[in-house]
Amino acid sequence: MKRAILAALGLASSFTLPASAEDIKVGLLLPFSGVYAALGNDIETGFNLALEHFGGETDATFEILKEDTEVKPPVALGKAKKLILQDKVDVMAGIVSSGVLGAVRDLVHGANVPLIVANAGNDEATGANCSPFITRMSFSNGQVNRPMGKWLHDQGIGKVFTLAPDYAAGRQMIDGFVSTFAKAGGKIVGQEFTPFQKTQDFGPYLAKAKASGADAVFVFYAGGEAISFVKQYDSFGLKSDLPLYGSGFLTSPLYVNAEGPAAEGVITALHYVPTIESPANETFAQAFEAKTGRVPSEFAVQGYDAARALIEASKTGANDRETLANALRQVSFEGPRGKLSIDPATNNIVQPIYVYETVMGENGLTQKVLAQLSAEADPANGCEMAPVSK
Amino acid sequence: MAHDLGFWTLQTLNALQLSMLLFLLSIGLTVIFGLMHFVNLAHGSLYALGAYFAASLAAVGGYWMGFFLAPVAVAGIGILLYSGFIKRMRKSGPMAQVLVTFGLIFALLDLTRIFWGDLALAIEVPSALAGRLDFLGVEYPAYRLFIIVLGVAIFGLLAFVLGRTQIGAMIRAGVDNDAMAACLGINVERMFFVVFCVGCALAGLAGAVAAPLLSVTPDMGLHVLIPTLIVIVIGGLGSLKGAIAGSLIYGFVQTFGAVLAPQLASVLIYALLAAVLVIKPVGLFPARG
Repeated sequence: MKRAILAALGLASSFTLPASAEDIKVGLLLPFSGVYAALGNDIETGFNLALEHFGGETDATFEILKEDTEVKPPVALGKAKKLILQDKVDVMAGIVSSGVLGAVRDLVHGANVPLIVANAGNDEATGANCSPFITRMSFSNGQVNRPMGKWLHDQGIGKVFTLAPDYAAGRQMIDGFVSTFAKAGGKIVGQEFTPFQKTQDFGPYLAKAKASGADAVFVFYAGGEAISFVKQYDSFGLKSDLPLYGSGFLTSPLYVNAEGPAAEGVITALHYVPTIESPANETFAQAFEAKTGRVPSEFAVQGYDAARALIEASKTGANDRETLANALRQVSFEGPRGKLSIDPATNNIVQPIYVYETVMGENGLTQKVLAQLSAEADPANGCEMAPVSK
Repeated sequence: MAHDLGFWTLQTLNALQLSMLLFLLSIGLTVIFGLMHFVNLAHGSLYALGAYFAASLAAVGGYWMGFFLAPVAVAGIGILLYSGFIKRMRKSGPMAQVLVTFGLIFALLDLTRIFWGDLALAIEVPSALAGRLDFLGVEYPAYRLFIIVLGVAIFGLLAFVLGRTQIGAMIRAGVDNDAMAACLGINVERMFFVVFCVGCALAGLAGAVAAPLLSVTPDMGLHVLIPTLIVIVIGGLGSLKGAIAGSLIYGFVQTFGAVLAPQLASVLIYALLAAVLVIKPVGLFPARG
């Protein structure tokens, strides 16, 4: 019996459709298990939605091969090798964690396989470690927070206390904010970096922030830490005297319901908010809600736009590794986030940043867009690569 | 560092709150450890399960239903674990036990993911404990005070049961010398079973209590396991005194480390652990002298 099942399994897995001439093989590298599984699922849903919405615009057809990175760099590297060497994919997309991106960077760069990054925000990936084969459709850590520095100072806030987890992303997010806030004339009265994923109780840090004499607190936290932080911030009653600002991941639609009323009134900045008013966003948000019953998160839109970029690239006639890589660097279109383009100097996305407040709406917490801050290309940060070939 | 008295009171309360949460977790683990010589690394997963049960039950019948029933549910899981794995593993040596319970961590983690999904859950603080109280001149969240009171109450209860009752005497005899206790007519195996279930229930209680304070995520059990192990290694295996002392040391070092030397915050407790292991390898208050 066991043998029969195994044989059937073997048959099923070897049964694949013959590739047509215009078939583009896409390797989707995402975490479907482990701590970032929720992010991986959102990105995949967004990715498939874009194929549904825009797939008809191109002559190419796409064959998707999914691999689970498990958010472990060595596992992801093995899966990437399999996709590149065994499945011979034309292009890869995905990557949630910056650690995983760092692990596969040299492989994709050396193998000349284009990779569309759908989350990982490490500044260096489109800075000192940039590659003509890696295009980022999500964000860079600094990019999300830089516009907020000036905006916050313009709101009359002069003294800020910052908090973030002690790892690369936490530091880059805070540095992005601090650089522009200080330039605008603001003063940082205190900074703390909490042990990453080892901090359950933020009480000690909150008491310090309270005693620092700051006008406001600016933080970056994501996932479980964001929920704990926002709830504890509120439970100490700090919100009224010491308003909470931050990077928009703090009150992401993925987590805001778990934060509950504690998140009300928190003002943050991010590259996507589900309540952006534009036809492109309405189409996307409605389709996503119909599929999942949830409002789309920034991760979902990153997956959506990653697939959209791939479709736009294939519309230029690109259909193999080299031509796709080149075409991806010149992609630009109007998506749910607004006008997007890739900066060919770094291969990072150029996009507007939205400042939003979490407010109580009719159906629970929702996002009220306060300002749209104009898109700025990241500084090159030591990125040197060959220009796009026309 | 010009902070007023209120600041230090606040931090002391923070430290106490963290200590009590850890105490609830470590007492179960340490007694199982001391009594059964059994290394249950899956204890953190039981804590996570407690939080999930509490979240589900709170959605149905409010916070207090989760608070009272989640420990019962986790004790039920404990019974399953005991009859499925632990009973068979009793004689198989620490290495096999560590490997089995280590594997259980990941099996339980993925089971919680399958049942409850990847997205974090949350419980609201019950309305009676919402808001803040004026306490020793500082405003402190009522729910955190509740955790401190609960921890002290559980400590008092366990100290009474272990120190003043016949069952307590039997448990202490079992920890001291299980073969001799069995010779004296104590059904050691059944006692182990009861103690194991109570330990599981306490882990579930810790999860239910922590849930409104933190977020309920599948990996919460993993994150809490290391602090719990540090507590029982510093405090000494198997003893109530060790568990409370270890928890207080951990809570205060962690909190005041974060305040006074934030760059060292994550290292301090490990340094202390190393120091204890070098100077007094059995811990500060081991059950057996």
